[in-house]
Amino acid sequence: MSHQVDVKEAEHWLCSSCDVPLESRTVEVAYMGSKYPVNLPRCPKCGIVFVPEDLALGKMSEIEKILEDK
Amino acid sequence: MDQKELHELEYKCIQECAPWCIARCPAHVDVRAMNAAVAKGDLDLAAGVFLKKVPFPHIISHVCDHPCENVCRRADVDDALSIRALEKVVMQQASSSEVKITRLRSKNKRAAIVGGGLSGLTAAVELAKKGFDILILESSDRLGGSLWEYSEEELPRSLLNQDLELIKKVPVELRFKAALGSDVSLAELESDFDAVYIGIGPGIQLPAEIELDNEGRPIVDPVTFQTSRQGVFAGGSILTGAGDRSPIGSISGGRRAAVSMDRYMQGVSLAASRENEGAYETRLYSSVGEIEPQGRILPAEGSTDYSAEEARREAERCLQCQCLECVKVCEYLQHYKGYPRKYVRQVYNNLSIVAGQRHGNLMINSCSLCGLCQEVCPEDLHMGEVCKAARYTMMDQNRMPPSAHEFALRDMEFSNSDLVTLARHEPGMTSSTYLFFPGCQLSASSPENVGRTYTYLREKLRGGVGLMLRCCGAPADWSGRGQLFSQTLADFEAQWHALGSPTLVLACSTCLGVFSDRFSREKVVSLWEIFDRHGLPQGVDSGQVATVSVHDPCTTRHEPKIHDSVRSLLRKIGFEIRELELTREKTECCSFGGLMRFANPDLAEKVIQRRIDAAPETLLAYCAVCRDHYASHGKPTWHLLDLIFGTATGDAAVYRGPYFSQRRENRARLKAKLLREVWGEESPDYKGYRDMKLHIEDHVLQLMETRMILVEDLQKVIAWAEETGNRLVHKETGRFLAHHRPASVTYWVEYTPADDGYTIHNAYSHRMELVEEIKR
Repeated sequence: MSHQVDVKEAEHWLCSSCDVPLESRTVEVAYMGSKYPVNLPRCPKCGIVFVPEDLALGKMSEIEKILEDK
Repeated sequence: MDQKELHELEYKCIQECAPWCIARCPAHVDVRAMNAAVAKGDLDLAAGVFLKKVPFPHIISHVCDHPCENVCRRADVDDALSIRALEKVVMQQASSSEVKITRLRSKNKRAAIVGGGLSGLTAAVELAKKGFDILILESSDRLGGSLWEYSEEELPRSLLNQDLELIKKVPVELRFKAALGSDVSLAELESDFDAVYIGIGPGIQLPAEIELDNEGRPIVDPVTFQTSRQGVFAGGSILTGAGDRSPIGSISGGRRAAVSMDRYMQGVSLAASRENEGAYETRLYSSVGEIEPQGRILPAEGSTDYSAEEARREAERCLQCQCLECVKVCEYLQHYKGYPRKYVRQVYNNLSIVAGQRHGNLMINSCSLCGLCQEVCPEDLHMGEVCKAARYTMMDQNRMPPSAHEFALRDMEFSNSDLVTLARHEPGMTSSTYLFFPGCQLSASSPENVGRTYTYLREKLRGGVGLMLRCCGAPADWSGRGQLFSQTLADFEAQWHALGSPTLVLACSTCLGVFSDRFSREKVVSLWEIFDRHGLPQGVDSGQVATVSVHDPCTTRHEPKIHDSVRSLLRKIGFEIRELELTREKTECCSFGGLMRFANPDLAEKVIQRRIDAAPETLLAYCAVCRDHYASHGKPTWHLLDLIFGTATGDAAVYRGPYFSQRRENRARLKAKLLREVWGEESPDYKGYRDMKLHIEDHVLQLMETRMILVEDLQKVIAWAEETGNRLVHKETGRFLAHHRPASVTYWVEYTPADDGYTIHNAYSHRMELVEEIKR
């Protein structure tokens, strides 16, 4: 996964509990025993992450399949 | 799969076997490829194909005895192809008919060739190319031997000479007026040369050292062409006699002897790996199909030769014989653009990879295991068995992609949970002669028909009809989960034995196959046979008279009695039947088999559409899954039970069938309802995973279906988000977005609270885990 993910969609969302906009932060994603750092929109206070639909169904799904076939 | 099994499987697939023309040509000219090139108008390409196997092309294109034409399959339609005439036009009109010869480094060994006819010259050219030094002994004063006996019309002298000149392209010593016996003895040749070839014509006295048969021909090894004397070989018309003279046979004989002489001089085995040299019987199968007879194309009036255009039209008649019987009928086998011989190799390679990408995983998991390939295969090769065995191996190797089957296995787990399972004798009875086992999919798709059928069976069958609700375990087997499959069967078996092992009445042919394999066909009976034997329910008039095409489930492939019963029932109800081309033992899978639709949804779409496109009439299915697959793609499809019970009214044929979540709910509700209504027990209605009302628009339900997300998954996410406050909120719409990972999948739900629950706007998922610690 590229380390930068274009997530313009994130500008429309706030953390509901902390009531603050999301900021791009490094998050680790893990699958099939591998871990990768990715920049994702995240609440700077509590840390809740946002994965937009396009990312989940696109790039993420592709990488899941590659890792599953490793 | 080990190497031996791989080779056995590869051998079974005959797609790469030579067509008849190539196998019968002793020199194995690739007639099929040459014809294809001529048909494309590419005579240069055709010349390249022809020259690859024929060292003396003008001679052969004029006087070949063309055994290829005698076995051409086009003769089954109209006339065999005029292959020699095509070779001739190729040599006449290709921009170059030059034979290119390259010689390897000299091996410092010498071979003597006795006889300058076609076989001797071929042996000389072949050995010279390999780097041997050659002496040709010819008893007359010119090369060519009996080729000079052809008339000028048959073989123009200029072209004969042109071909004979080829011998000058290799360093060959020629000695004319040198006859074996009178001018030079065999003993001299044997002492001066490392190998000797005798290619003289028939009727010439041979040296006494060589053993002859009772017709005076040298006795040679049929594979190596070695005579009774080591290092002395013979071939050409001396072996066939003057009557059976074959120019292409002489070329083949000279070449085969040259292979032996090369090996002899290098001191390696003469006989090893020499299969299919010379003319042989091919194992290829090729169906001629429906081809309009048109007859052979003839050269224009006054000409003996084809024009390029005539040749193109003649070559277009070539059937390009190949097998592909299975590929023609299977969307899956077509999809991967190969054929089983290639696929089994890919499967083998995929299972053997130690590190790196396993590119074959999806291919292995995409097969429906339906067995149509075996049914149409002349050699009985079953790709489904190969793929299923591979899945078991992948599980053993811990290499099965989790996304392929997890959703289906979750469904099976639910079907075998306490919420769904039931095993009872008929109310008021303490034993059962029969046990109705509707199967998980009929219970999911049409629980009402399960109830109606159970009532019918209790009326018609004596000795007690018990009921068992659960899944037979097929999804575990299809996905390579051997342990799970065994455990599921063992659980079933325990319940079945506890009821006294009654005869199983099965609505689903997948269950029927599973139980027949595990126990015996004697212990199972198809529901359709029972209906056919005991008659339609009384008072039922379907009111429908129409024509339908029966779609037999792929798991009935070898159950002709079930096929007959279903058709008999349809006639009794008053339906006309128009059979599909692929029907009964040649039926297609609906894409559920082998869990194809879960592992490869895109391919499943194509499989479903292919069947729909082949069926002009309304379909009639007697498997709930098949019916729902076609109906959900807009194809009107009845379920046989709807016709039997007269409930096939209105839009029953186009009703898409329940979504995954509803299917689960239906199974659980069925148990509760039957307990209440049949056994008169208290049993609360099933309320779903939890008491949380969700309003889901139809387009979102459809998304959830393709994304394999259940209502209970949404409920889990929302419950968690509402409890923890972990959710995002949209600045403009005020909608919430929450995610949660109840097990191996992270679900995202976009929702708004409503008065009585929640409204769902979107749902998606991923399998990757976010390593996320939320601070509160």
